[in-house]
Amino acid sequence: MIVLIDYDAGNTCSVMNALKRLEVDFVLSDDPEVIRSAEKVIFPGVGHAKAAMDSLREKGLVEVIKGLTQPVLGICVGMQLLCTSSKEGDADCLDVIPLRVTKFDENPALKVPHMGWNTLTNVQDHPLFKGIESEEYFYFVHSYYVPQSSYSIADCEYDLEFSAAVQKDNFYGIQFHAEKSGPIGAQLLSNFITQI
Amino acid sequence: MLTKRIIPCLDIKNGRTVKGVNFLNLRDAGDPVELAKKYALEGADELVFLDISATQEERETIYDLVYRVAEQINIPFTVGGGIASSDKVSKILNNGADKVSVNSAAVYNPQIVKEISDKFGAQCMVVAIDARHVDGQWLVHTHGGSKPTELELFSWAEKMEDMGAGEILFTSMDHDGTKEGFACEALAEMSSRLTIPVIASGGAGKMVDFKEVFTDGKADAGLAASIFHFNEIPIPELKSYLKEEGISVRI
Repeated sequence: MIVLIDYDAGNTCSVMNALKRLEVDFVLSDDPEVIRSAEKVIFPGVGHAKAAMDSLREKGLVEVIKGLTQPVLGICVGMQLLCTSSKEGDADCLDVIPLRVTKFDENPALKVPHMGWNTLTNVQDHPLFKGIESEEYFYFVHSYYVPQSSYSIADCEYDLEFSAAVQKDNFYGIQFHAEKSGPIGAQLLSNFITQI
Repeated sequence: MLTKRIIPCLDIKNGRTVKGVNFLNLRDAGDPVELAKKYALEGADELVFLDISATQEERETIYDLVYRVAEQINIPFTVGGGIASSDKVSKILNNGADKVSVNSAAVYNPQIVKEISDKFGAQCMVVAIDARHVDGQWLVHTHGGSKPTELELFSWAEKMEDMGAGEILFTSMDHDGTKEGFACEALAEMSSRLTIPVIASGGAGKMVDFKEVFTDGKADAGLAASIFHFNEIPIPELKSYLKEEGISVRI
């Protein structure tokens, strides 16, 4: 069973709709036992990193998520929360991936949030991207980003190159909203469910 | 490379699309869900639903519509019209919308923008501004552009950015409905003064208007209604044209 972590993240409903369209069996839960016993876990996220961490702490889910051994997919802020910390609200995050989430430069010529459809760069041969060509577009909305690192499995260019997708062990993260990225986004979610 | 966005706007009244549409291949062109699906398939980058219902009773139908659209559409969409409280925003987002747009309510109570942005994130807070050029300056108007205010467009847009808007949707009342092109000069001025994306609205009539709004107008997205609804400019054709003209678009 796929479990979607329920902690009032803004895109929960969109992720649920995307999973329904894929005809995937899933449950939405904040119950540690249900989450721990999942075959795979999806960790959504939209909004403020600090507020999201506060919500996870309130629900007693911080250690639960850190201790998961099955595949976990963090989406957008869900990916950012997998990192050590975020500049957004100077939040301490889950520290699963030893990276610091930072903000796009305060550059008057640069529109922030990075909002809209963008292509990926440096896409690695990875099961998450199976059947997805490198020139395909994904939908991004974010003001903070995960820097490039050895955990990057795909990057994206906006002013600079940042991490569009990461993996460390059983933890996967995507900065873009696969649930809102048309048929290509659906393909990626399906890859997480069937190929990993 | 980040692409310029093409956004069809659907006017909704009592849960139905109101602007006349003449698609032969749609079962029910008055059904916003059918139209939204068609646009998503054709390559629209986002959708905007503007609720122009007159009564409270009619407005209640928007939640069900949002739910049905979200079930079937896998691109982002914004809902606007009559939004004046964060309770309503919460209900709209919980039913599956990605963003809300606030217009008149922001003029009467600018704090609402901060409240929504703080609670749900700037990414879902679109501030819609209707303005008209009056005696040498652009003045913000409310109530679908019918009521003038004393607010100057550019400083108002800057204030909205400071309050937490994630995007500005600027409609030039002078250009809206003319099909003679967008208000490129004002749009470029706005874009240079803001660091958040600007959606241009009002005046689209020809494909070249979109090219100009992205080059001269420096807009991040172009929104239109009737030219898409009447299939005067099919979205795939528009995007191929823009690509040939060197504009970055998603095809």
